[in-house]
Amino acid sequence: MSDIAERVKKIVVEHLGVEEAKVTETASFIDDLGADSLDTVELVMAFEEEFGIEIPDDAAEKILTVKDAIDFIQSKSA
Amino acid sequence: MFDLTGKTALVTGASGGIGAAIAKALHARGATVALHGTKVAALESLAAELGERAKVVPANLSDPAAVEQLAKDAEAALGQVDILVNNAGLTKDTLILRMKDEDWQTVLDVNLTAGFRLSRALVKGMMKRRWGRIIGITSVVGVTGNPGQVNYAASKAGMIGFSKALAQEVASRNITVNCLAPGMIQTAMTDVLTDAQKEAMSGRIPAGRLGTPGDIAAGVVYLASEEAGYVTGQTLHVNGGMAMI
Repeated sequence: MSDIAERVKKIVVEHLGVEEAKVTETASFIDDLGADSLDTVELVMAFEEEFGIEIPDDAAEKILTVKDAIDFIQSKSA
Repeated sequence: MFDLTGKTALVTGASGGIGAAIAKALHARGATVALHGTKVAALESLAAELGERAKVVPANLSDPAAVEQLAKDAEAALGQVDILVNNAGLTKDTLILRMKDEDWQTVLDVNLTAGFRLSRALVKGMMKRRWGRIIGITSVVGVTGNPGQVNYAASKAGMIGFSKALAQEVASRNITVNCLAPGMIQTAMTDVLTDAQKEAMSGRIPAGRLGTPGDIAAGVVYLASEEAGYVTGQTLHVNGGMAMI
């Protein structure tokens, strides 16, 4: 697993207080991990901080799953 | 009760009568305070009076960049901002027929938009820490209206709506957002009135007197306290009974 994926999952686990095993790549923040809309904004903020990137609103709206987040961050860091 | 030891507070408009009283009251309860205003000398002397746990953070609130910088300066001076008191405000009173666009805009910018910008910048840290208090000093006229103050009344009513919406957004993060609406208070603004005018005004106030800045500060201390943690989206009217809403 890539370093980015590890870091993303760590943030999700810490922020949402869910078991690591539940944080699969296909897991949806809202449907599977119990996040509310404010949680998703906070997650995006946490990703921005961790990876030193800016995630614009239109991109943030499309980040619904763990994989979405990893893919977006990878595309920015590449 | 109402112990604020270890908490930090940014009070805007702290060089004014009400703002200074709020800063003093929060400080007296143990908070470290950042005093914002435009009159640096007045802020410095208030900070000197308070001694330790008081910082000065001047800024022009009608300048968007300066407001963003103020949020950063306050966080740098205090380490973090737990309590934000949006108190700064100004009036440019005149009847609507004579009101210029800039009279409207300046009042909205300083009284309402600056509070929005500061809240947006500072709520982030509050969310992370799962604790925060945002308190807007609005006015009785934001609810009752007042001739000659369409701009001021709109800005103050706007602050109440803003606070109710934000309160709902962040309640789950243990952040409360409330307003305090002063009635007629003894400040530089009312000092210019004649005794006859003051008497006429007091006649309309069931308590029979103008309020003091301390009356307002006491309400702010309450809303800022741990004890008021279940109070959010509310407007506390402190007006001697002049309007019961």
